[in-house]
Amino acid sequence: MKILVCVSKTPDTTSKIAFTDGNTKFDEAGVQWIINPYDEWYSLVRAIELKEANPAATIHLITVGNADAEPIIRKALALGGDEAIRVNTDNSDAYYIAAQIAEVAKQGGYDLIFTGKETIDYNGSSIGGMVAELVDSPYISLATKFDLNGTTATVVREIDGGEETAEVALPVVVSCQKGMAEQRIPNMRGIMAARTKPLKVVEPIAVDALTSIQSFELPPAKAGVKLVAPDNVAELVRLLHEEAKAI
Amino acid sequence: MSVLIFIDQSEGHVKKSSLEALTYGADVAKQLGTTAEGIVLGTVTEDLTALGKYGVSKIHQVSNAALNNVDAQVYASVISEAATASGATVIVFSHNQTGKAVAARVAAKLKAGLVAGACALPNTSNGFSVKKTVFSGKAYAHVNILSAVKVISLNPNSYKTVATEGTAVVEALAVTVNEPKVKITAVNKITGEVPLTEADIVVSGGRGLKGPEHWGILLDLAKELGAATACSRPVGDAHWRPHHEHVGQTGVQVAPNLYIAIGISGAIQHLAGVNRSKVIVVINKDPEAPFFKAADYGIVGDAFEVVPQLTAAIQKMKAGA
Ligand SMILES: Cc1cc2nc3c(=O)[nH]c(=O)nc-3n(C[C@H](O)[C@H](O)[C@H](O)COP(=O)(O)OP(=O)(O)OC[C@H]3O[C@@H](n4cnc5c(N)ncnc54)[C@H](O)[C@@H]3O)c2cc1C
Repeated sequence: MKILVCVSKTPDTTSKIAFTDGNTKFDEAGVQWIINPYDEWYSLVRAIELKEANPAATIHLITVGNADAEPIIRKALALGGDEAIRVNTDNSDAYYIAAQIAEVAKQGGYDLIFTGKETIDYNGSSIGGMVAELVDSPYISLATKFDLNGTTATVVREIDGGEETAEVALPVVVSCQKGMAEQRIPNMRGIMAARTKPLKVVEPIAVDALTSIQSFELPPAKAGVKLVAPDNVAELVRLLHEEAKAI
Repeated sequence: MSVLIFIDQSEGHVKKSSLEALTYGADVAKQLGTTAEGIVLGTVTEDLTALGKYGVSKIHQVSNAALNNVDAQVYASVISEAATASGATVIVFSHNQTGKAVAARVAAKLKAGLVAGACALPNTSNGFSVKKTVFSGKAYAHVNILSAVKVISLNPNSYKTVATEGTAVVEALAVTVNEPKVKITAVNKITGEVPLTEADIVVSGGRGLKGPEHWGILLDLAKELGAATACSRPVGDAHWRPHHEHVGQTGVQVAPNLYIAIGISGAIQHLAGVNRSKVIVVINKDPEAPFFKAADYGIVGDAFEVVPQLTAAIQKMKAGA
């Protein structure tokens, strides 16, 4: 069985969000980069667990990004996975990225493709669905549980106002979120092993990007908090009703 | 040229987030000088003609019971076929769970640029640019869609529903409905609760509540307000509350009218998921809690005393009103 895990590099969750070049570029100064938490905590760890249950399985990691993404992919390899593929481009259009992943996926003949539920920077939640469409596989979005029985997967996924259990024959594309697995910390052996795992760099295929970011904007700052004394909750209710018109 | 809006339904009822999508789509159509049409899949018990009041002239219906469950692959093929047949150049979804499953597939199928998580009408003065939230609500991006056909999925609770006059013509649409490859074996809907992403008011609790046995005061307040309940990440991790209630950068992102945070410190990752709320109330016993900096109203005090009093005060206000 072959598993492809999509891994993306995102700013650390505590990063200061600021923009440069007339608000057209994310300001990377001082930013720490991490593996997108959904990719790391859920899809990658669940893939590793599947391999632990079935050592014949192979896990390939894929990232679409320039050379700056390599430390992140090595970090991911320290958790697990057999080899990594980096598609060498920094285009950020979701369709462009999905088309690169789909190309690698078609050539590799994967049974299972995992993505995170979304990236914490662009929050598109779109790569999984697009890849699924491009490789013509079923797509399970927002999965919270994934089990394999031979070549049939049993999956629990989030739907509006609840959850749903589904069965599907491989191959399938799954977007993963909380519930799929528990976060793991890489150990020394993993970190050493990651250094020698293959990291293949491939050039992107020609695809037209369908979107481009024109500019960024920060939300207006809050005016400041109005404090109400704890023994005067009636005043809070009045403010919420009359001033904020929120209740 | 027209705008096609996907109308999401659950057990025969049109979702609130779809009414927002309809209003939004109708406004996009006005902007482009064209008509707005809707598409609804599966069995619907509601009177669809009434949706005309949100600005759609026509609704395409595929009332095939096989479509009562959302299958991303089947839905995408049906919606894409309908979009092409009706000559739609803009397709609008809600960025809810269904939209997250389907919009990206439709976009890839039609080679249409997608803005997922839009929060305002497009700017068409120079191209077609749509504002969306990025960095988990910490910023916005203006994204240009370069393709002829465009797909937009609208963040729930970010566009006001406007109902006026009007009825829509409902037309049965003949399209190919493939057999889904995914077989649904169980559906577990949390009934009687307000879905978190659609809620007008969210009452949320953190580690300050000390344990699951103390959630009663929060649930009472939520009930009084008709609010959905949420929690911080450690609360979800400790299984004090179900994990789908976890809001924040790595949980659900919400944007209600009113977010009440009880015993939550306001870590940057938590704020990322809630800072698009219109009004934020913080109840925390620590005056230094970072959440107060992001709040509109606050009470520095013990949640165990303040929250029951708040519930009572709201009851009283309602009785008086
Ligand atoms: C990569 C990453 C991602 C993360 N993602 C998320 C996320 O999505 N969502 C999220 O919530 N967190 C997230 N976190 C965790 C986050 O950093 C905080 O640890 C977490 O939000 C703290 O939860 P809390 O406020 O409930 O608990 P605490 O920080 O322990 O705060 C408890 C608060 O309760 C107050 N309190 C105590 N007793 C009372 C009382 N009797 N009455 C009133 N107030 C009281 C205290 O003053 C304190 O402010 C993430 C962390 C990382 C590293």
